[in-house]
Amino acid sequence: QVKFDSGVLLLSTHRLIWRDQRNHECCIAIPLSQVIFIEEQAAGIGKSAKIVVHLHPAPSSKEPGPFQSSKYSYIKLSFKEHGQIEFYRRLSEEMTQRRWESMPAGHTIQVTKEPQAGRIRAVGIVGIERKLEEKRKETDKNISEAFEDLSKLMEKAKEMVELSKSIANKIKEKQGDITEDETIRFKSYLLSMGIANPVTRETYGSGTQYHMQLAKQLAGILQTPLEERGGIMSLTEVYCLVNRARGLELLSPEDLVNACRMLESLKLPLRLRIFDSGVMVIELQSHNEEEMVASALETVSEKGSLTADEFAKLVGMSVLLAKERLLLAEKMGHLCRDDSVEGLRFYPNLFLTQS
Amino acid sequence: QAKYKERGTVLAEDQLAQMSKQLDMFKTNLEEFASKHKQEIRKNPKFRVQFQDMCATIGVDPLASGKGFWSEMLGVGDFYYELGVQIIEVCLALKHRNGGLIMLEELHQQVLKGRGKFAQDVSQDDLLRAIKKLKVLGNGFGIIPVGGTYLIQSVPAELNMDHTVVLQLAEKKGYVTVSEIRTSLKWETERAKQVLEHLLKEGMAWLDTQAAGEPQYWLPALFTELYSQEITPEEAKEAIP
Repeated sequence: QVKFDSGVLLLSTHRLIWRDQRNHECCIAIPLSQVIFIEEQAAGIGKSAKIVVHLHPAPSSKEPGPFQSSKYSYIKLSFKEHGQIEFYRRLSEEMTQRRWESMPAGHTIQVTKEPQAGRIRAVGIVGIERKLEEKRKETDKNISEAFEDLSKLMEKAKEMVELSKSIANKIKEKQGDITEDETIRFKSYLLSMGIANPVTRETYGSGTQYHMQLAKQLAGILQTPLEERGGIMSLTEVYCLVNRARGLELLSPEDLVNACRMLESLKLPLRLRIFDSGVMVIELQSHNEEEMVASALETVSEKGSLTADEFAKLVGMSVLLAKERLLLAEKMGHLCRDDSVEGLRFYPNLFLTQS
Repeated sequence: QAKYKERGTVLAEDQLAQMSKQLDMFKTNLEEFASKHKQEIRKNPKFRVQFQDMCATIGVDPLASGKGFWSEMLGVGDFYYELGVQIIEVCLALKHRNGGLIMLEELHQQVLKGRGKFAQDVSQDDLLRAIKKLKVLGNGFGIIPVGGTYLIQSVPAELNMDHTVVLQLAEKKGYVTVSEIRTSLKWETERAKQVLEHLLKEGMAWLDTQAAGEPQYWLPALFTELYSQEITPEEAKEAIP
């Protein structure tokens, strides 16, 4: 490892340039024509993301550089903060286009005599630097304008929060003298602003008109997928399925949960069920998990004993739901467990059947 | 008395009407903000953090609903909800390797890979916010602080304070032994063994009985050598139920 730490890496059509952040006079470069190929090395604990640049042997005409020689035929560029992905992409592009072969170098390297002795400025690099500086200033200007606008916006948002608190307090005082209509309106306002619902949750739940509509939509969308999966899916699966299908205007996890909580009261053909473990599932109304337990018992008996993984593979279920079914069977007394370091294994409960 | 009741109702109606008007105004302000800075939010992770922190300070959750103004106009919702899907997929694909525990760094890398070269950059802060939202789905997602970073749990396994503390101890080397736990945490052997066995049962730890000295309990989630190992096609199939 060399001591070229803390710097800025620049890419031109002809060269890879590195400049020390602290000592601007320290600047090294490699012509892209010297590069055979590049590869990425991903980050890990204590390791930063890197790009490995494999080089041709140095030509004898090479200008003197930081080292006389090296036993390695490659260099590693270490990205301590960020930028590896983007840089790799651009470097790959330059390597593919090989523009140095068709274009002469844009600026020749000039040696200018500066008041301080021994300083060499390459015009090409200065040009690049200036552009970067301009871009940085532009970006900074954009950011500070954005922050200013953001602060102003948040001031207004804060007013909305204050107003909603005041209304919520009024509702609390009135204890039910507020009409259902007004409650629904208020909840939808809160939803738009993303303000948590302090008062009305206890009385009418977190659902709004939006969630009611969503619940009805879900009942339509999920019917077939549920049938294909034995009548039951975890809420996580539903979240992925629905959002992948939508592509845009995705549902938030809370939207999904709030909509599913309304399924039963809206008398839709699906329902939300929460297992003891906290796992949440959607079931077809026609699905009867307790009946499925009976068939699970048969399967386990046939095989003598099964783990959740084994059962899942046999039946074609997700491991998560397989485990819940076996746990339910245990809860109902049909199975008992053998919990060892080898894993959790379920056996038919012979205490029950043979006592 | 009826008169008071009437007056009460009118007050609420007034305030609701006022809120409705102010909401419309706010929506316009937000639209204006979005037209100028929507790109900034999507492209700049630091700006996103600033935005999220400010929302939290005033008591607003821009990610609560896809139907909220923030989501609709700034597109923040889609950004995080899609990220949620990608996080779930990676965790499902790798669950059999690590028992449902994964380091934030590894999750970050795998998600970036899955997003492809031209997708927006996502930061670790983005991942954490997306994960916090996923919890509500009842899937066991959790965030465990270890050694200055985080372990992400993606299965509904119970991990209490004892388990967490042992995970933190194991983070330095990727493995831990009963003696180390006794020395560092001053626990009885029985307590240490219980915690380690629980981790073994959940598939989060593997036992190396051939280690010199005493058995070592390794946590796949902490293996740096496994980082950025490609998700195999079989594993990818697991990810899409």
